Amino acid sequence: MLETKQKKLVVLQLSGGNDALNTVIPYNDESYYDNRPQVHIDPEKALKLDSELAMNPSMTAIKRLWDEGKVAVINGIGYPEPNRSHFRSMDIWHTAEPTKVLTEGWIARTIRELDPKGENVLGGINFGRGLPRAMASSGVPVASVGDLDTYGLFPSVKNDSDRNDILNVFSQMYGTGAGRDMVSEFLSQTGEDALVGADILSEAPAKYSSSIEYAANPLAKSLRDAARVMFADVGTRFFYTQHGSFDTHGGELPVHSKLWEDVSTAVGDFTDDVREHGYGESTALLIFSEFGRRIKDNGSGTDHGSGGVAFLIGDSVKGGLYGQYPSLKEKDQLNGDLYANNDFRSVYTNILEDWFEVDPVPIVNGSFEKFDIFEN
Amino acid sequence: MVTTERQTEQRSMMAHFMRRAGFGVTQRELDELEKLDYEDVVDSVLDPGLSNHLSDELVLRYHTEVHEQRAGPWSAKQWLYRMVTTDTPIVEKIALFWHGIFATGYAKTNQARALSVQIDMFRRFGLGKFDILLEELAKDPAMIIWLDNQDNHNGAINENFGREILELFSMGIGNYTEEDIKECSRAFTGWTLKNAEYMSVRAMKDSIWPYGRISWHYEYRENDHDGGQKSFLGETGEFNGDDIIRIISKQEAAAEFISRHLYDFFVADEVPVPQWPYTPARDPEAIRILSDTYLNEDHNITEMLRVLFKSEFFKNSRFERVKCPAEYVAGCLRTSDVISRPTLLMNEAVNVMEYMGQTLLNPPSVEGWHEGKEWINSGSIVERVNFAYDVWQNSDSPEVIDITDRMASDEALDAASVVEACLDFMGPLVFTEDTTKKAIIEHVSKGGTIKFGEKSTAVRELAEKRISEVLALIASSKEYQRG
Repeated sequence: MLETKQKKLVVLQLSGGNDALNTVIPYNDESYYDNRPQVHIDPEKALKLDSELAMNPSMTAIKRLWDEGKVAVINGIGYPEPNRSHFRSMDIWHTAEPTKVLTEGWIARTIRELDPKGENVLGGINFGRGLPRAMASSGVPVASVGDLDTYGLFPSVKNDSDRNDILNVFSQMYGTGAGRDMVSEFLSQTGEDALVGADILSEAPAKYSSSIEYAANPLAKSLRDAARVMFADVGTRFFYTQHGSFDTHGGELPVHSKLWEDVSTAVGDFTDDVREHGYGESTALLIFSEFGRRIKDNGSGTDHGSGGVAFLIGDSVKGGLYGQYPSLKEKDQLNGDLYANNDFRSVYTNILEDWFEVDPVPIVNGSFEKFDIFEN
Repeated sequence: MVTTERQTEQRSMMAHFMRRAGFGVTQRELDELEKLDYEDVVDSVLDPGLSNHLSDELVLRYHTEVHEQRAGPWSAKQWLYRMVTTDTPIVEKIALFWHGIFATGYAKTNQARALSVQIDMFRRFGLGKFDILLEELAKDPAMIIWLDNQDNHNGAINENFGREILELFSMGIGNYTEEDIKECSRAFTGWTLKNAEYMSVRAMKDSIWPYGRISWHYEYRENDHDGGQKSFLGETGEFNGDDIIRIISKQEAAAEFISRHLYDFFVADEVPVPQWPYTPARDPEAIRILSDTYLNEDHNITEMLRVLFKSEFFKNSRFERVKCPAEYVAGCLRTSDVISRPTLLMNEAVNVMEYMGQTLLNPPSVEGWHEGKEWINSGSIVERVNFAYDVWQNSDSPEVIDITDRMASDEALDAASVVEACLDFMGPLVFTEDTTKKAIIEHVSKGGTIKFGEKSTAVRELAEKRISEVLALIASSKEYQRG
């Protein structure tokens, strides 16, 4: 089926620092077991990608997509002089700038590029509360949806007719009036944008039907919300959500395994849903984390490190391994961490230039060698 | 409920003052304030003395996660309790003011204890002489790590702190040269953390887990200090950091910079700080008055605030500021009088502040938050309206019950009278557009007149419920977004 739909990106953030070594595992490398006497994956159970690398055993659904050739694994991803603070490193990924502290997000800048006048109040949606910095910039209208079924103003008013009454009052209170000054007008406009956005979104659940039953975890719920909005065709180009916490300092093996089971099943269900509705080729899913973890385990978990792994998944993605897997040899390490030989801005550049067809340079703050992950 | 116009004005003025000098007051507090002379109230608020507030021990006993002060949001919760329950709100307000300017964040320090210590320093020194505050800031461990002054060495300067103390903390861009920045940085060499190398490595790698966070201390290292001659802002000498601060603090540029910040935070929203060098102040005369006070009153912040709060420009600035999320959340909780002991509600309150765009103790960068109308976007407005609506719609809150009692009469009240009265209680707020008030009145009319009955009867409870809805709708208005 030839799709003419607008291209969309779903961003899934693994918060807390995902242990790359136990996600895509160098199962034939002796030094993996030397460094990870306690916190390693049984090579018998790992899902083999080739003679060197294997996925975590809980990633069965993602492995299925890999076998179909729809999963790009980007190894050794990061940026120069890695920062091991969760917040700072996350900000670096969000603003696409490792040295200066910026406040404007790369996705927000892209939305502005795609819709300069901000005509669509739903250009980007975060599924979860609050606004990730990646989507934040003054004048770029975006929405944050905690729960699609109750999203909007006055969710605590349970009775539909009462809520409609109150929404009606709100609409009149924020309705176009000259206002006493510019701030008042701005508040009116923003209130109306929020109301319009909520109105549009409120219709999405009723339009949705699907044969896919999503797994029972919070991420699957968020991705299902994203799918319901996507299929309502409201012009949203960026869907953002997160899962965690991947901050596995202790008791890593069971925790990390459960987290990836959540991610993998949710991504599998979402992909099936997207395909069923004919959005497979116009949807790409990026999975990233703010950093990887130390090469050596600490007895029960792993501490903050560098050099992570990212995934780009979708029917328009050329599956395979991208970037060299970082060496675990002591001489190749970066203070006990994996050396990130692939800059994350190379992936952003690829997405911006070839998927959204916008100039990546001002968005990622420079020119980066780009990957070639998409078909065509 | 007959009041003279003068009394109403007096009440309105007091409410305005207490919103700005604090986080708003209840009607019962206003009853007391109304009887007093405005200028006396200003003087007494500016002389706070010891604070009474919900005790930290009680908060810790209930919110055990706050104990170790490891994570930013947990410690922010403790601060929010202070804002809501303190009897000296000016102390928390001035700490919030300096936190927005000397913006230091958890993102880099990776421990909340040092940030709470910094906030406490603002409480102690934030209302005093600017020079002393700046010196405390330069010695503050969280600030040292935040702006890398532990890497600022004799013979190998790191300019981060030396630059920001001039650009963001005292004078603003255009009042010094790049050469001044270098000389300033040289003067602050040796102002470092005890055991800085160890601490910064630990913080960066976060490998102190699970051993808890270490307390940080300031240390002056004579042997790492560049004691040579320096030229700074036209003066020459073997300056140390405290000499530099003395020179900065006497500059007219510093007087104006602090004045404009005070005006922006306590009077009316200015344009964003980066535009200051290119955009005249909103009220140049006000800035002149405040600057003169700074220069004539020994750089004393309290004296500046005294002049500010007693000025005509302050009295005429009602609702000229968009409330920042901390003011908004603390204000809703304080004026509705719902927090008298530790409660789970505070977990939601501190999270919602973050969803509104302000994570206390973790500003987005050293430039602090973009304030004023920048607080408002289509995501944050939803959070603001929903939070205020839910707080006020709670008909069990002491303030709703009190307001209902104040309105209660033998006669039933019609919707218009109820809305008018509630607007007075909520500000007094003035809706400049008729549509706003009309919308609420129409909605309330649908339920007919409001009858009060005797206290604790079903009739009174229904009145409380309906009045709480009116208050909640007013709290959802665009006018309520400003204070």
